[in-house]
This record gives sequence, structure tokens and C-alpha cells, in this order.
Amino acid sequence: MSSTAFVSMNSSVVAAGEGFVPPGIGEFNFDPYFSDGTLPWLTKPLVASVVAAIMVMAFFILGSRKRALVPGRFQFATESVYTFIRNGVARDVIGHGFEKYVPYLVTAFAFIAVNNLFGIIPGIQFPTLARFGFPLTLAICSWLIYLAIGIRRAGFFGYFKSVMFPPGLPVFIYPLLAPIELIQVLLIRPFSLALRLTANMFAGHILLLLFTLGGTYMLFNESILLKVLAPFALASAVGLTSFEAFIEVLQAYIFTLLSALYIAEAMSEEH
Amino acid sequence: MLLNSMANAAVLASGESISSLVPKVEELIVGLVGFLVLLWILKKFAYPQFEATFQERTAAIEGGIEKAEKAQEEAAAALAQYQAQLADARGEASTIRSEAQAERARIVDEARSEATAAAEQVTSRAAAQMEADRLAAKAELSAEVGRIALDLASRVVGEALSDDARARATVDRFINDLESSTQEGTR
Repeated sequence: MSSTAFVSMNSSVVAAGEGFVPPGIGEFNFDPYFSDGTLPWLTKPLVASVVAAIMVMAFFILGSRKRALVPGRFQFATESVYTFIRNGVARDVIGHGFEKYVPYLVTAFAFIAVNNLFGIIPGIQFPTLARFGFPLTLAICSWLIYLAIGIRRAGFFGYFKSVMFPPGLPVFIYPLLAPIELIQVLLIRPFSLALRLTANMFAGHILLLLFTLGGTYMLFNESILLKVLAPFALASAVGLTSFEAFIEVLQAYIFTLLSALYIAEAMSEEH
Repeated sequence: MLLNSMANAAVLASGESISSLVPKVEELIVGLVGFLVLLWILKKFAYPQFEATFQERTAAIEGGIEKAEKAQEEAAAALAQYQAQLADARGEASTIRSEAQAERARIVDEARSEATAAAEQVTSRAAAQMEADRLAAKAELSAEVGRIALDLASRVVGEALSDDARARATVDRFINDLESSTQEGTR
């Protein structure tokens, strides 16, 4: 998307001829593919999310098909991703009975990571999860899972009692603590999960756009000083791209890790 | 930090509506359905394969270790057996040796006793032969003496006593007297 936005911004900048227009929130709104009104909902992030799902599916199914005891490179790569989440997150965080939640955590991690990495993949260059709807669905999945675990373990009232009134605290704390804990479990956790992803992808995308578009603007500006400084801006854009790659995978990991933590907490007897 | 504030400034400067932050229904639907389908397919087709592979791998490694341990045990057993056999063989060899020595001693003893017996036999046979010779010589001699005495007596008496039973009895008596006197004489 950046390439198209790149051209359009540039042309608009040139056409306006009145200084640099920084990339804004408009960069996250996409027009439908068909301008004549058919399939008005079919936009780039939507297609990208489906492509990401297909890529993840292909990756794991092709990697798990051979089942060689001595894995080849590709099988080793897919197994590494799987065991990274299975052992590094699910087993270490949840502990006993973690096997049930491995599929959700691995899938969430891979899906989020691929969608995020779309932010720096040429030709796509838009992190799908910067659109708030996608991370919200994932956060709601995590939310439903840990609520279901807690309620199934202790019953509806039992679970919320254990959330709001953790034992072993002085009585006068509870009026303060109970609503905070309730709001945290019911609202803050899912929204922070979703917002953290969106905000990181949003900010990262804006940053990349800012340095790319700004650098280009400076390069084609009449001012000699701006022309001289332009390469630095563009070099920063390159550096930031690799930084973004790191952030994008890290955010996928953080989402998975926090989901596992919430699941583990809902599973444990004491709050 | 600086970069973030710059980005914020850029967002604010654009002055556009915040509507892009409000989730769209189609995004929620596609995101949820896409993710759940992905989860379902992978849970059904991919992840069990991984788990099965891991289990097979663990089993293979443990099987290998077990096999190696078994081989080691077998080798140890074979060594023990070999050593036992060696000890047996050594024991057997020493038994055979001592038996052979005993046998040799026995053979030597037997040979010696046989030789002694043979020597004794030879000696006794020689003695018996000598006795028989002596008896034969004595009988012959006594008959000869009797005949000579008769001859002499008949010549002296002038009377033929040759085939007379009485004369023979007289001679015998004479010889017997002679013998007993000589036996008494030797005593």
C-alpha cells in the first residue's frame, strides 16, 4: 500500500506545492477494490488477513505432512515455530494441562506475526492488525477462553468471587480492589491486548511512512540543505524497517504470552 | 520517544477523523471467521502431526538408548560367560594334568609291581625247576644206587635178586634208612 500511497502523497505534495503533508490517520483507511460499488467491503486489509491465514495454514500443513524423524530444513523451521510457543510459552507459563491450549496459542502467534510482518513486506506494506477490528477479534477469543476456563473451574459466581475477593488481604482493601479487579478482567485485559497490537502497528507504520515520504519530499525539494539531509532520513527508514520487523514479531509474542498468562491464572485455584 | 511524539504530531496534524480506529463489522467477521477456520484446520491436520512426530522421535531416541543398554548388557554377559568358560577350561586342564600325573604314577607302580611279580615268578619257577630236577636226580640216583647195590650184593652173594620183590623191598628199606640217617645227620 505504501507504494501507492507513496505515489499519491508525492503527487499531492507536488500538486499542492505548499510544503510537506505528513502521513496521517487517512493512511489507514482503504477504498474498496471496485470503485463501481460492487463488494464495497472488499478492502486491502481484509484480503491481506485472508492471505495471512492461508500462508500460515500452508506453512504448518506442508511442514507437518512428512513427519520425518530426522527433519529437513522446512520441517525443522515449522517445528521450531510450533515448539517455540508450545514449550516456551504454553508449557512454561501454563504448566500442567497446557496441551489443550497449544493450538490456540500457536495459531494466534503465527497469524499475528504474519499479519504484522505484512507491514514491511514489499507489495503489501501494511500491517493488517493496525486496523483495530482484527486484533479485537483475537483479544475477544483470548478473553472468552480465559473466562470459560475460570467459570468452568469455579462456577460463575465462584470465579468472579475469586477474581474480586482474592483471599489473604485486609478487609478494608476489598471495596477498592474488587471493582478494579472486575473491570480489569472484564474490560481492561481484552482491550489492552487489542490496543497494544493496534497501537504498535499503527505507530510503526506511521513512522515508516513519515521517514520514507519525508525523505522523498526532502530529496525532491529545491532546498540544498534538505537534499543533503534526505539520505539520512531514507537511511533511517531502512533502519526502522528492520526495527519494525523485530517489533512485529515481538508484539505477536507478547500477545501470545499474555494470553497464556491469563489462561494460567484462570486455571489456578487461587487468584 | 522522540520518534513517537513525531508520529503523534503527524497524526494530529493530518486532522482527519478517528473513524479508522473504529472497528468495521466486516473486519470483525472476516478476522474472526478466518482465524477460527485457520485454528480448526491446523488443530485437525497440522498440530497432531507435530505431536505424533515428537512422540515418535522420543520413542526412537529412548528405543535407541534401550537398545544400546541391551547390547551393553549382552556384551557384559558374553564377557562373563567367556571368563567363566576360561576358568572352567583352566580348571579342567589342571584336573587333566593332575589325573595324568596320577595315571603316570599308577602306571609306573603297576609296571613295577608287574616286573616284581614276573621276577618272583621267574625265581619261583626256577626254584621249582631246580627242586624237580633235584627230585628227579635223586629218584634216578636212588634207583641207580639200588641197582648198583643189588648188582654188588648179588655179585657178593652170588645170587640173583634182580626181579625179586623181596629184594626190592630190602633195597628200599635200606635206602629209606639211609635217607633218614642222612637227614638226621644233616640236622
